[in-house]
Amino acid sequence: MATIKLSTNKIDELRAVCKSFNHEKGELINVLHKAQGIFGYLPAEVQEIIARELNVSVAHVYGVVSFYSFFTMLPKGEHPVSICLGTACYVRGAEKIIEEFKRVLNIGVGETTSDGKFSLACLRCVGACGLAPVVLVGDKVYGRLSPESVKDIVAEYAK
Amino acid sequence: METIKINIDNKIVEVEKGATILKAAKQVGVHIPTLCHLHLHDLNIENKPAGCRICVVEVAGRRNLAPACVTECYEGMVINTNNIKVLNARKTVLELILSDHPSDCLICSKNGNCELQSMAQDFGVREIHYEGEKSTYRADTSPAIIRDVDKCIMCRRCEMMCNDVQTVGVLSAVNRGFMSVVAPAFERNLDHSECTYCGQCVAVCPTGALTEVDHTNAVIRALADPSKTVIVQTAPAVRAALGEEFGMEPGTLVTGKMAAALRRLGFNYVFDTDFAADLTIMEEGTELLDRLNRHLQGDTSVALPILTSCCPGWVNFFEHQFPEMRDIPSTARSPQQMFGAITKTYFADKIGVKRENMVVVSVMPCLAKKYECQRDEFKTNGNPDVDFSISTRELAHLIKQLNISFNELPEEDFDHPLGESTGAAVIFGTTGGVIEAAVRTAYELQTGKKLEKVDFEELRGMDFIREATIDFDGLPIRIGIAHGLGNARKLLEEIKAGRSEYHAIEIMACPGGCIGGGGQPLHHGDSSILKARQKALYSEDAGKTLRKSHENPYIIELYKEFLGKPCGELSHHLLHTHYFDKSVEVSVVE
Repeated sequence: MATIKLSTNKIDELRAVCKSFNHEKGELINVLHKAQGIFGYLPAEVQEIIARELNVSVAHVYGVVSFYSFFTMLPKGEHPVSICLGTACYVRGAEKIIEEFKRVLNIGVGETTSDGKFSLACLRCVGACGLAPVVLVGDKVYGRLSPESVKDIVAEYAK
Repeated sequence: METIKINIDNKIVEVEKGATILKAAKQVGVHIPTLCHLHLHDLNIENKPAGCRICVVEVAGRRNLAPACVTECYEGMVINTNNIKVLNARKTVLELILSDHPSDCLICSKNGNCELQSMAQDFGVREIHYEGEKSTYRADTSPAIIRDVDKCIMCRRCEMMCNDVQTVGVLSAVNRGFMSVVAPAFERNLDHSECTYCGQCVAVCPTGALTEVDHTNAVIRALADPSKTVIVQTAPAVRAALGEEFGMEPGTLVTGKMAAALRRLGFNYVFDTDFAADLTIMEEGTELLDRLNRHLQGDTSVALPILTSCCPGWVNFFEHQFPEMRDIPSTARSPQQMFGAITKTYFADKIGVKRENMVVVSVMPCLAKKYECQRDEFKTNGNPDVDFSISTRELAHLIKQLNISFNELPEEDFDHPLGESTGAAVIFGTTGGVIEAAVRTAYELQTGKKLEKVDFEELRGMDFIREATIDFDGLPIRIGIAHGLGNARKLLEEIKAGRSEYHAIEIMACPGGCIGGGGQPLHHGDSSILKARQKALYSEDAGKTLRKSHENPYIIELYKEFLGKPCGELSHHLLHTHYFDKSVEVSVVE
């Protein structure tokens, strides 16, 4: 495991978030949302800090983080790749697109490349069904994809 | 008490308003089965997540079946607890639970003592109609507790004990749906968590998901080794509970039969941790008086209150959660460790056996003792003062394995010299007992007067937090008592905030003290069992001629021959310890 470096600025920001919620236990989910916004993900250290600030056990915090799929303990890549698995994209071959991304990037869904450039995730319907199958890289939408086009997309960002 | 009339199984009955169907049914003698519900009345502990769905009943006018554990009764409610619809639903639920449960009952350590197994038997399950994926999870073995999550039925009792009662906060349900398990944070193993090994999770687990690390085979091997002198010590609370494993009524004292059984198991010396409990009082009591007198003379550097330190679950708790206060507890080692230290020095010399050829086994009502005896500070050149700590349950297994008819054994005595003890020592096994024993000795040492009455009723009972002021011949000594770590936390927070007015506090990690320890025969939610055990210990105390630790002739001899004086040089080395900061530091890197 790589050592996780948290900047003190961000930790101060997180503590301020906890304070803005009056350190209330019941605000755990809201605090986690904000924390993921600050850090991009929720490493163990961040959960430890939140547990202390809200005076709940860290096991409880982890219980909530591991329950909701929105929360992630893995850092996202510089260019997060999200593949739509909505019905339209699915029937138009999204699964083959996933396989190709996995092969090209050499990571699984939910993982990040070792250089921190790319991460891979799935999502449900981005409302661009006419362009199925659809992939998002950051905020940019790529439509009507074929497995062959995956390599080009990756190359665009790999520089 | 306001009451309402309801109809249960065609019987009109009057029950307390606001009672759940489960409680109301129990009041009128109708037993509704459940796997997750647990209620320890006297201790005010209740788990009712309505998770297992075994307790469903039919309520007239309601669309679906109602879980009895959380559904409140109302006036005129008509309930059926055993019609075909209810029975089918329960059996289906049970079969679904069993379809995701290992079927290795024959070799499971909970065999014969498992609530899921008994229920399958009661329900007459002969076939499981459902087949599907089975959840599997890695096994987790710590120095004291084994987690076998495959056997977990998600009743959440362990979580309740760990979080609500003990406030240790190690266990939580994590993940989602079929993947959900009860685990420490980040699914680390227990030995990488803040677990105190109090074992209360083990004590309430209905299945074999949480069990103790079993050392019975290691003990059998030691007993079979002719080059070893094997010595056993038994904790006070064991004698008040062991009989239950052999069908005796809770609260039956089996001190004599236990000594006889241990002798027949082949132990070379059958000694008593009670001896070391008397020794603990000499050391801890002296320390208390020393701190107290220095405080009274105006020495502000002296930390008061002094907290007892016999309970290893409690020691683990403050090392993890209140490390900044670790100078407040007494430095006295626990009786188990004092016994080991004295046996492998003083007694080893006496009988001319090297410590390497000695095996000290302790029988404890406790699982944290397994961890305690493995601590590095209690070893000499890698050789532990206490080699193995087995629970009351493990001793029962050992006796059964070696074909000993426990119930027919004669009553025998412990061996001398480390088997002799006073009544003060035996009450160590219940909440309030250690401090009462300390008061008996401290009073006489401080005032120089003889105590007329040694029974301190004001220190006894089952209330979670108790306090009393004892008159030391004009000097009022304020005593606090807490059992259950959640209550200990309350007293610690008071001390931290500078609001504590006690001179001395006794803390026991387990509800009830050692009688309710994580290594005791399972109470299956019946708190009257704890009360019966408590009563038994007080009756053993009352029956003793000597009831003050400092009057134990063998303790007097030990100081004369070997130790010198309490809290002296040798005591400091052998009978006292120091504590560690085990809190988790969040590493913040720039």
